Formats: sequence, structure tokens, C-alpha cells
Amino acid sequence: MSHPRARLIYVPLVLGSLVMMFPLWWMLNISLATPERAGAATVSTDALRLWPSDPQWSNYPEAMREVGSREWVGFLDALTNSVVVTTITVIATVLSCSLVAYALARIRFRGRRSLFLVMLATMMLPPQVTMIPLFLLFRALGWIDTLLPLIVPAFFGNAFFIFMYRQFFASVPEALVEAARIDGCGHVEIWWRIMLPLCRPVTAITAVFTFIFVWNDFLGPLIYLHADERVTLAVALNSFRNRYGGLEDVQYLMALSLVTMVPCIVLFFVAQKQLIEGLSKGAVKG
Amino acid sequence: MASITLSGVSKVFEDGFCAVDALDLEIEDRELVVLVGPSGCGKSTTLRMIAGLEPVTSGTIAIDERVVNEVPAKDRDVAMVFQNYALYPHLSVRKNLSFGLERRREYTSFLQRVVSSAYRREARAESSSIKSRVEHAAAMLGITPLFDRRPAELSGGQRQRVAVGRALVRDPSAFLFDEPLSNLDAKLRLEMRTELKALHKKTRATMVYVTHDQEEAMTLGDRIVVMNEGLVQQCATPADVYGRPANRFVAEFVGTPTMNFLETSVHFTEGRLFIMVAGDKVPLPGAVGGTLSPFLGRGVVMGLRPETLHPGAHGVAARVELIEDLGDRQDVVYRLDSGARIVGRIPSDTRLREDLRVHLPLDLERAHFFEDTDEGMRIG
Repeated sequence: MSHPRARLIYVPLVLGSLVMMFPLWWMLNISLATPERAGAATVSTDALRLWPSDPQWSNYPEAMREVGSREWVGFLDALTNSVVVTTITVIATVLSCSLVAYALARIRFRGRRSLFLVMLATMMLPPQVTMIPLFLLFRALGWIDTLLPLIVPAFFGNAFFIFMYRQFFASVPEALVEAARIDGCGHVEIWWRIMLPLCRPVTAITAVFTFIFVWNDFLGPLIYLHADERVTLAVALNSFRNRYGGLEDVQYLMALSLVTMVPCIVLFFVAQKQLIEGLSKGAVKG
Repeated sequence: MASITLSGVSKVFEDGFCAVDALDLEIEDRELVVLVGPSGCGKSTTLRMIAGLEPVTSGTIAIDERVVNEVPAKDRDVAMVFQNYALYPHLSVRKNLSFGLERRREYTSFLQRVVSSAYRREARAESSSIKSRVEHAAAMLGITPLFDRRPAELSGGQRQRVAVGRALVRDPSAFLFDEPLSNLDAKLRLEMRTELKALHKKTRATMVYVTHDQEEAMTLGDRIVVMNEGLVQQCATPADVYGRPANRFVAEFVGTPTMNFLETSVHFTEGRLFIMVAGDKVPLPGAVGGTLSPFLGRGVVMGLRPETLHPGAHGVAARVELIEDLGDRQDVVYRLDSGARIVGRIPSDTRLREDLRVHLPLDLERAHFFEDTDEGMRIG
């Protein structure tokens, strides 16, 4: 390909990027606007400028102070809850999914194939179907208004990630497992010392996707968490809505939404290499 | 070190395929036994059963007189070198070597380490013992400079050395090698073969070595076990396997170029025993005649090694069809008047040309005779 023609590819790429960046720019723009301009921007695009003439950086600390019913404490509680739920869920998902996948890929037992198929079938089940039964179950266990309904299910695996891990484990040469057996490893040690270190790209995908999903999850915490001090950041953002569902202080909502996004963006850039490696696994042989 | 005894060992897979059929084998202490045979003959399955990687369907395997059928692989005190090395890709060479020893540590309790100084002392001594064993094995194989590299950064030969080192460092009762050189190029294979032979001499360890390469088997083994279709065809020293093959399969499998086979029949005329070879009557020398006399009037198969076939003044008439000059020798393909093709090996200074008509004197004292049956058992 000639040099100028090669540069042409950047035209659709830049256009695509602009489309993808638009909501972000819009959020940033409003987050820095004065209350009047921000309110106007929600109903008309006339108030929008490429960059606000008088950026209100104080909107960010203000948003953190104003969230929830208690100043600062509401934000810190929500942040702590989000960090706790996300951290435990990510660790639990990686451990449980890889362990189940190891068993399905490497241990021969009766009904292994059927179990795998049943597990795959659960992927077809819309989450809305299990919402009410799960709520009833957790209520019967007395877990409503605790973080447990958000954390405990992660210890029981996730069909999609189990499938991903299983495909990776199945591609690891049998001789490696056999060498480990002769070297004195049992199944748990083979999983922990050989398989998990080998599947870092898959673990990166599982961890990043789970992190983003749990960190941004709104519905789950909304169903199970009621008290102000229990909610996660995603639900806490909702406090900028008034009792009639309308938006108040939209500049604060946008500012806090951007703050909430920061960990996801940082995580993506940190794990980018592993993530792309993991996504291309299986696509290219060797 | 240890002896290994296999008594009536069979392996039948779930689909009914019988990979090994009632195998009896006694491997003595400090012996290097090579299991050789074509693909699917059951040699690797046998090795894997000894290692504990494959359960035995029937029969018993004993290591040093201890039956190990139900003993897991890690407790059999054997080390195995795999065909594709099976090095742990995420660990450095040093950690690959010490992995097996680390898993067998006795002083592993963190709590006891904190509270007991005697325990701490023992744990430290154990660590330094592991370190010195790893360094000793690495020095023996010349891989010390590779300690901090990962397997992906090593050449094929270096990986193979690390794989051998990983087995060596454990100082096991027996070493099991599963076609360890088959992934190497010809030159490196030859080098590693010599090194393995030297290693066996140095360590005097019991070794079981699997290969499909008969040349590798002949050069390495104290004894060779030739297998086919799950059955042992012959178990003997390399010289015996080559010089007195037990049946046609062994005779054909061992030796390059392979042995030539000619269908003959035994006759008695004018007070002498003859065989008919390609239409010629060839008188049998006394000893050979005695061996073949029970087969009078019946067909037998004569086997001739290529190195016994040199053109001469008398003998079976043939035409030179093809000459392969190998530098130090020539392999010559002859076409007999009966239509049969045989291969001879002659020195490189012998002058022959293609299409030349020659006579091949048959050295019946060095010929092998086999029954004309499916099994083709050796006569005499």
C-alpha cells in the first residue's frame, strides 16, 4: 500500500473515534458548566459550547460532597461499597470460573459433557427471568440490604467465563499436566501453579469485564440495597434525581459519572496488552 | 536405583482398542532398556503405565518389587522426559529444575517456621540442598548459563537438556524417556544421543527409553524390546536383535536398508539339500541344511542383510537397477531375473553402473530363514 493511501485509513478511524467520544465530551462539557447552562443543556443544544467559557472545576468536589443524604460520607460510603463488592467479585469470579473450567477441561468424570452443556445452556437464560426467584431466595436468607447478594453468586462461577477458561485449558498440552503430576502436583496445585499462570490473558479479560460490569451495575444494587450507607456508586448517582424522577444539579451528576468512570478507563489501559492478547486467543493458531 | 517388573500387563482403552497385550518384561537395576516399534505398537502406552499416567487394565507393574498399580504418578519415584519437553513456560530454567523438589519439600509449615528455630534451620538446610542439587544437575548438563531464561528463549537442544535436568535433579529410582529426541534436527539428535549414553554411564541409573527410531534404539540400549501391535516381538541385546531376529517383523524393522526377503523352497536331490532361489538351485551348507531339513518340500523365507550382497563371479543373476552413492558406501538396488528386487550395500570404491548384469553369490551361512507363515518365526 502506498504511503498516502495508507493514511486514508485514518479518516474513517478518526470519524469513528469522534462518534464514540461524543458522549464523553458532552458529559465533560456539562460537568464543567454553571448550573444555569447545565440545566439549559439538558433541554437544548444551544447552550453547548465546544469548551465552556468559564469551566467550573469546583463542580467535582461539590458533586462528591452532595451525593447521598450526608455530606462527603455518602460518597465515601458508596465508594467503599463499590470497591468492596467489585474487588471481592473479581477475585471470586476468576477463582471460581477457572477452577470449574479446570475440572471440566482436565478431570475425567461421568457426566462431564452433560454438565458442561447444562452450564452453557444457562447462558441463554435472560437475567430478568431469575431476578424475582433470586430476590425471594436472598430475602429468605435475610441478605436484603447487605452486600452478600452482590458478592456470593460470584463464588459460583459465570457460564461465559467458565467457557472461556475451559477452552484455554483444553488447549494446554496434556504433557504439561502429566509432567506436573509426576513432579508431585495434585489437581489443585496443577490448577494454581501451572494453569492459572499460563492463562493470564483469559484472567485479564475475566477480571476487566467483571470489574466493569460490577462497578457500573445499577440494577443489582438497586434491587438488594436500600439504606443510604449500603448503596454503591452507580446507585448513589441516582440521588441527583428528585422524587419525581427529574434531574437536579445535572452538572454534579455528570461530574460524578466521570469520576466513577475513571477506574474503568485506567484499568483498561493497564490491562490493554493482556486484554487484546486474550481476545485474539483462539482466533489465531499457534 | 531400581528394577522394574511388568507381569502380564495389558491395556485396553474405553473404545475396546488393545494397546498392550499381556506384556512381560524385567528391567534390571541400572539397565537402559529401549522400547522400539512403529507408531501405535504400544511402546508409549507401556511407558505411561510405568509412569502412572495410564491405569493398567490387567497385570502388575512392580518397581523394586513394590507393586505400584494403584500408586499415583507422584509417589512412584520415577522421572519422565517428554517428547515435547513439557517445560513449564511461565517458569525460568532454574524454577523448572527445582519445581519437582519444591513440591516434595518436607518443611513447609509457615507457622512452625515462625515459632520453631529448629524447624527454621531444617527448612533452610532443605532449601540449600535443593539449590545445590539444581546447580549440580545444571553443571552436569551445561545449562547453568541459561538459569534465568524462560523455555521460549531456548533452542530445541537447550530445552531438551533442561527437560533431562529436571528429571536428573530429582534423583529418581528410574528415568523414563518418551521419544525425547524426535523433535530435534538430525545433527542435534546425534549429539543428544551421545550425551544421553554418557549420562547413563555416569549415573548408572535405570532407564526406560521409548523411540520409533531403530538406529537410536541400537546405539542406546543395553537391551532392546521390539514391539508390534501391543505384543513384544523380541527382547534382546542390540547385537542379538540384529544378528538373530526372532521373526520377520523384527528382521524387517531393524537395520537400514531393511533386510531383503526371498521366497524359497527346500528340496532334496542327488543326496544334497537345495533351496530354489529365483529359479536357481542353491546347495545348502551342512549346518544350514540341518536346520532346514524339517522343512523339506515346503516353502521358507530367506532373509539377506544388504551388507552380505556383493557382486561376484557366480550366484543369482541380476541387473543393477539403481545406485545410491552415500559417500562412504553405495546402496545398490538389484532386479533379479525372477522379478524380485533386493538391495545390497557395497564399498564406495566398487565400480558398478546401472543396467549392468551381475551375479550375486548368496552367503547362506549369514542368511536368515523364517517360516512362511503370518508370524514368520525364525528357523534355527
